[in-house]
Amino acid sequence: MSAHETVIIPKKELPANIVTLGWGLTIVGLALVAVSYLTDSHRAAFNNIIGFTFLASIAVGAVFYIALEYIAGAVWTTPFRRVIEFLGMLLIPVAVLSIPLFLNLHDLFHWSHTDVVAKDAILTNKSPYLNEQSFTIRFIIYIVVWGLFYFIFRRNSLKQDVSNDQKLTKKNIALAAAFIPALAISISLFSIDWLMSLEPHWFSTMFGVYYFTGTILTSLCVITYFVVVLSEKGFFFKGVNENHYYSFGALMFGLLSFWAYIAFSQFMLIWYANLPEETFWYIARWENGWEYVSIAIVLLHFWIPYFMLVSRPSKMKPSNLKRSAALLIFAHFLDLYWLVMPTYSKTPVFSYYELAFPMLSIGLIIVLFAIQAKKYNIVPVGDPKLQRGIDFHL
Amino acid sequence: MEKKLYSINAIYHTPNDILHAAKAVKDAGYTKFDVHTPYPIHGLDDAMGLKETKLGFVTLAAGILGAVGMISFASWVAVKDYPQVIGGKPYWSWPAFVPVTYEIAVLLAVLGTVGGMIVFFFKFPNTSHPLHDTTFMKKVSSDKFGITIQAEDAQFDEKKVRDLLKTTGGEVEAIYYSDEFLNFKPNTFDPKFILLLVGISLATSAGGYLYWNKVLYLPPFDWMVEQPRFDVQSATDYFEDGRTMRLPVEGSVARGFIPYPYKLGVNADSVGRFLVNPLLNTKATLDLGKRKFLTYCSPCHGNFGNGDSRMNGQFPNPPTLHSDKVRLWPDGAIFHTMTVGQNVMPGYQYQISREERWAVVKYIRTLQRAYNAKESDLQ
Repeated sequence: MSAHETVIIPKKELPANIVTLGWGLTIVGLALVAVSYLTDSHRAAFNNIIGFTFLASIAVGAVFYIALEYIAGAVWTTPFRRVIEFLGMLLIPVAVLSIPLFLNLHDLFHWSHTDVVAKDAILTNKSPYLNEQSFTIRFIIYIVVWGLFYFIFRRNSLKQDVSNDQKLTKKNIALAAAFIPALAISISLFSIDWLMSLEPHWFSTMFGVYYFTGTILTSLCVITYFVVVLSEKGFFFKGVNENHYYSFGALMFGLLSFWAYIAFSQFMLIWYANLPEETFWYIARWENGWEYVSIAIVLLHFWIPYFMLVSRPSKMKPSNLKRSAALLIFAHFLDLYWLVMPTYSKTPVFSYYELAFPMLSIGLIIVLFAIQAKKYNIVPVGDPKLQRGIDFHL
Repeated sequence: MEKKLYSINAIYHTPNDILHAAKAVKDAGYTKFDVHTPYPIHGLDDAMGLKETKLGFVTLAAGILGAVGMISFASWVAVKDYPQVIGGKPYWSWPAFVPVTYEIAVLLAVLGTVGGMIVFFFKFPNTSHPLHDTTFMKKVSSDKFGITIQAEDAQFDEKKVRDLLKTTGGEVEAIYYSDEFLNFKPNTFDPKFILLLVGISLATSAGGYLYWNKVLYLPPFDWMVEQPRFDVQSATDYFEDGRTMRLPVEGSVARGFIPYPYKLGVNADSVGRFLVNPLLNTKATLDLGKRKFLTYCSPCHGNFGNGDSRMNGQFPNPPTLHSDKVRLWPDGAIFHTMTVGQNVMPGYQYQISREERWAVVKYIRTLQRAYNAKESDLQ
């Protein structure tokens, strides 16, 4: 058995400057969040939703990739699974970030005012679903389901580092089979609760898939970014090669095309039917300056990364992967901004309020990663598929 | 038949052997060589030093051609050739073209890839190759791994090549070919062959025509057209008077209909004395009268009854309704004139109901009063 021969982990502690940057961003971000909540809690809460759903995207996407690797029997992701497992820890900040949102629920959600709902026939009919009580219960269920699965996946995986027990992989496969349908339902309802219900009169049956696609795309981009940076700096085993990079690139390319497919389908169905109760949502995003944001999303979330990743060699080039991943992460943030902020303001707004949560998010991603990288193996050394994953060849 | 040397080959038994052999041949500096395996082998591209295929550019070009072609075609159809307003949208509604553009782009990209591969890389219509029908090909397409170093390689030297391949552990053999074999092309445009094709197409067309249109012909389904019933307004032999439609019994009166006893030519003034307007002067009556007046009377008599409509000069001019004669007529005389007509004016009893005619009379009276208002009306 040569399972551990090629696994060389020279350094486990991330470079101090990266960790410092992470802590710096977290602290400055937290300070800005505090300032923005003190000066304009209404606007801060809307930005909070963006940061909250952004981190949820990465965290839930990460749990999804853990489950996907197990259920698909994927081999090439095994050496990088620990990176994904570290990112799933962002579920904790997601839960924490929801607290200020629950405190400002009335600022955010029109439907949370019972007096308004009573006068509005449509909202009255929706109230069995859209009311504060069931909203809160649902959110707790999502967090518990995601968290529970995540921590069991992770515990089994960490146990395997020591015990090399193959049964743990089998256990995780069974868990993954249960988790994936649960995720499909919970992430759709999560997006409906937190993003779509900002405009409670509006509805789109594709919205859940739209957010889900953005979620797994962004999560993959963060994973890819970490993998590229870590292997460039020599934190992984030797042998992260173009076959691995190509797999990341191809999956990223496929998902961004899928995102475009879903985004366009949602737009086209509403545009074609031309029903006033659906179109107003897009009209609000096509006037008073929002049209530039809309066009920017089409370019940054699809066309530019599409051509950055379309050719085979471009998917194998780590520098190009890093650039595309960073661009797509930004595009997803912009996408969430575009989903949330038109409810807050008729025109696009940008100031330190909008910077607070991105800084906090990036800071938290780095800090949580650094803390865990210090404590645990950065490669799942006990996984039976590890050697095959390292030797992976297209 | 002159035999020429095509290549020196070597057969190996394991994938590892072929990988090493390919690497050795590449390192020896040969460029015109090829490897044949029964299934794809990881790492062979690198071992052979193959460059990235150019086929992707054919795919890209075909895809772009498909996308641009389809969106241009859809735009031309929707804007120029057959413009139709659909759902109140502009003719050039590009989002509607996106799905079909996307699909045609994918379709052409796929077809272009396959077609480009066959035409550019396999040099279609060339169908012969020296390796065809050789035992070497039979072996490497079942369970052996083979390498061929071609004689056209710049540094080809039969002895050296044999030695090189032997050192890698292969079973060395040579492939010969004749120009005759290589240049053989099926004669596609042979007149006899073309004639055969024409004959087959004619036979199938004629056979199809006869089979579907003659043997299996069924008369069209038209039973609903011919039905054992009489149409309205048509003649029949069934009744003595030859009419399909029956007349009501003489003297019968329709429900709610009050017959008008006086005929055309009776003095309107004298008849009018026996008729009394049953309506009251209400707003509803006047509104009804105004509506009917404007519909039926105003085209000739004018909107205010002055006899000044646009018809003036095209017919005998219709009289004004404000003359002393009409003003002094009793209501019944106006009613009688409306009902049966007078001079060129036809009777209106079939267009305007009895009640409506009385309402028109009320309205005419109102107009007359307006044109001949008394001092007291202004107070």
